[in-house]
Amino acid sequence: MGLEQKLGNMGVVTTSLEQAVGWARSNAIWPMLFGLACCAIEMMSTQASNYDMSRFGMELMRASPRQSDLMIVAGRVSRKMAPVLRNLYDQMPDPKWVIAMGDCASCGGVFNNYAVVQGVDEIVPVDVYVAGCPPRPEALIDGILKLQDKIKKEPLTKWQ
Amino acid sequence: MTVAEPQFQIEESPQNTVTASDTQLDITLDQLKKLVSPRALTGDTMLLNMGPQHPSTHGVLRLLLELDGETVISCVPDIGFLHTGIEKTHEGKNYTKGIVLTDRIDYLAPLICNLAYVGAVEKLVGVDVPIRAQYIRVILAELTRMNSHLVWLGTHALDIGAMSMFLYTFREREMLLDIFELVSGARMMTSYFRVGGLWRDVPDHFVDAVRNILKVFPQRLLDYEKLLRENPLWKERTVGVGVIGREDAIAYGMTGPSLRGSGVNYDVRKAMPYSSYDHFDFSVPLGSTGDVYDRYRCRMDEFYQSLKIIEQALDRLPNGPIVTDNRKVAPPPKHEIAYSMESLIHHFKLWTEGFHAPEGEVYHAVESGKGEFGVFISSDGGPKPRRVHFRAPSLCNLQALPHMSKGALIADIVGIVGSVDIVLGEVDR
Ligand code: SF4
Repeated sequence: MGLEQKLGNMGVVTTSLEQAVGWARSNAIWPMLFGLACCAIEMMSTQASNYDMSRFGMELMRASPRQSDLMIVAGRVSRKMAPVLRNLYDQMPDPKWVIAMGDCASCGGVFNNYAVVQGVDEIVPVDVYVAGCPPRPEALIDGILKLQDKIKKEPLTKWQ
Repeated sequence: MTVAEPQFQIEESPQNTVTASDTQLDITLDQLKKLVSPRALTGDTMLLNMGPQHPSTHGVLRLLLELDGETVISCVPDIGFLHTGIEKTHEGKNYTKGIVLTDRIDYLAPLICNLAYVGAVEKLVGVDVPIRAQYIRVILAELTRMNSHLVWLGTHALDIGAMSMFLYTFREREMLLDIFELVSGARMMTSYFRVGGLWRDVPDHFVDAVRNILKVFPQRLLDYEKLLRENPLWKERTVGVGVIGREDAIAYGMTGPSLRGSGVNYDVRKAMPYSSYDHFDFSVPLGSTGDVYDRYRCRMDEFYQSLKIIEQALDRLPNGPIVTDNRKVAPPPKHEIAYSMESLIHHFKLWTEGFHAPEGEVYHAVESGKGEFGVFISSDGGPKPRRVHFRAPSLCNLQALPHMSKGALIADIVGIVGSVDIVLGEVDR
C-alpha cells in the first residue's frame, strides 16, 4: 500500500516547501562507504544485523562520493590522508553533511602527535560530533538522529 | 640513475596546512619507470588507481595497478594513509599508559596486542604472571582471534559477492564483544591486560557466558561452512587464485594463516609458547597450494582449534590471584592502602611516575589473528621506553601482494587482498 492511496482518502495536505524538503532529505540520507580506522569497524557493526542502520533510511551506502550526501569520518585522519579526505568532500554534491565519529575525528583523541590531524574540522565542516573511542553503535545512531533533526530545520536557502 | 627520495611523496605546503590542491601526488617519470613495466610508458598498458577510498581495500590502502585489458601486470601497494605515529607516542608514555595505545594497532584483535605488549614488558622487568591470569589471557586471546577471523570472513565474503556472510558473522561477533564488555567494560578498546596480570578478576558469570559461546558456535560455524565451503561460485573465485608457494611465502616473511595456507608449519603458539599455551592440546591447520581457498580453509579450521583451547582452559581454570604480588609493578589492592604506609607509597609512585624497567632490549612475539605480532622494547632504565617497535604481521604479509596478484584478473584483486587479511592500523601504525 503506497502513500498516495492513503493520501487519496485524506484529501489535501498542506505544508511549507521547506518542511517537505527537509523531511524528505532527512529520511533518505546516502552515507559514503568509507572507513578509516577502528571506528569504521563500529560503523560496520551499526550497519550489520544487530543495529541495522537502515531503520533510519540510510541502508544505501555508496562507495562513490558523487552519489552520497553524508560523510561519516570514522577514525583517525593522518596527514597523508587529509588531502584525500578533503578531495572526497569536494566531490560530494550539495547538500552534504559530515559526522565526525569518534574522538580521533573530533579532536585527535589519544593521538596528540605529529601524524594525526587534531580533529577533522580542520579540513571539512562538521555537523555532528560523536564522542567515544570508539563510539558504541547506539551513540552513532544517536548522532545520526541528531543530524536528521538538524536537517529538518535547515532553511532551503542554505544550499543555493 | 638513482632516486633517493621515497616514492609517492606528498609535498607538504610550507604552512603545514592541507588544502585540496595538495592531492596531486608528486611522482616523477623516473620513479614511475622503476615501478611498472616498460610497456606502460608506451601506452600499451593502462595504469589504474585503486583506493585509498575503496570499499574492498579494508581501510585506506592504495594500489597502483598496471593492466593489460583485465590482466594485472604489476601491482604496487602504497601505504601510510593511516600512519598514526604510535611507536613515537610510546616514547612519551610510561609502561602502563602504553597499553592503551596497543589496542589501536590491530583494532580487530586488541586483546592480542595488549598481550604482546604486556608480555614484552614482563620479560623486560622480569615478573611472573599467576597461572589464573595466564589462563584467562589465553581464553580472551582465543576469543579475540575468533573475533578477528569473523570480521575477516564477513568482509572477505562480502568483497567476493557473498553478502549474507557479513550479516551472519557480525551477529556472532556481537556475542564476543559482549564478553569483552563483561570483563573490561569496553566493546573494542579493552586495555584489560596489565603488566603482571589483569586489571581485575573476571565476573562470576564469565565462565557461563564463555560456555554459552562454546555451545552456540559449532552450529554457527556449520552454517558458514554450508554457505561457502562447497559453494561452486565461491570455489570458482578462490581456488587457484593468488597462489604463493612455500619458499616464496617464507622469503617474504609471511606469518600466520597466510603462511600456513602455503603449507609451512609455523605458529608462534607452538614455536615459542607464551602465556602457558604449551599446557593446551591443539593442532595447527595447514593448507597445501597456497591459494585464496587454502588460506580461507586455514582460518576456518582455526575457529575449531580456538574453541578447543578455550574449552580446555575453562575446564582447568584455577582459582587464585590474578595479578602478581610484586608491588613494584602492580598496584596494591585498594583496602591495603588504608593501613599500610608502604602500599600507599607504591600506589602513589605507580600512578605518578610508573615503574622503572631495567636497561636492556627485549623482543616478545605472540600469534595474532594475522601472524607473528612482535613487540621490541629498548629501555634506558627509566619509567618510559627509549624505543618501541612493533613487528606487524599485516605489513609483512602485504609485501607478498604484488607477487600473488601478478597475472591475476582485476576482479580477483579484491579476493587476494581479502585473503591476506590485512588491517591498515597495523600496517601503518
Ligand atoms: S576514536 Fe578510538 S576507536 Fe576511533 S579511530 Fe580513534 S583510536 Fe580508533
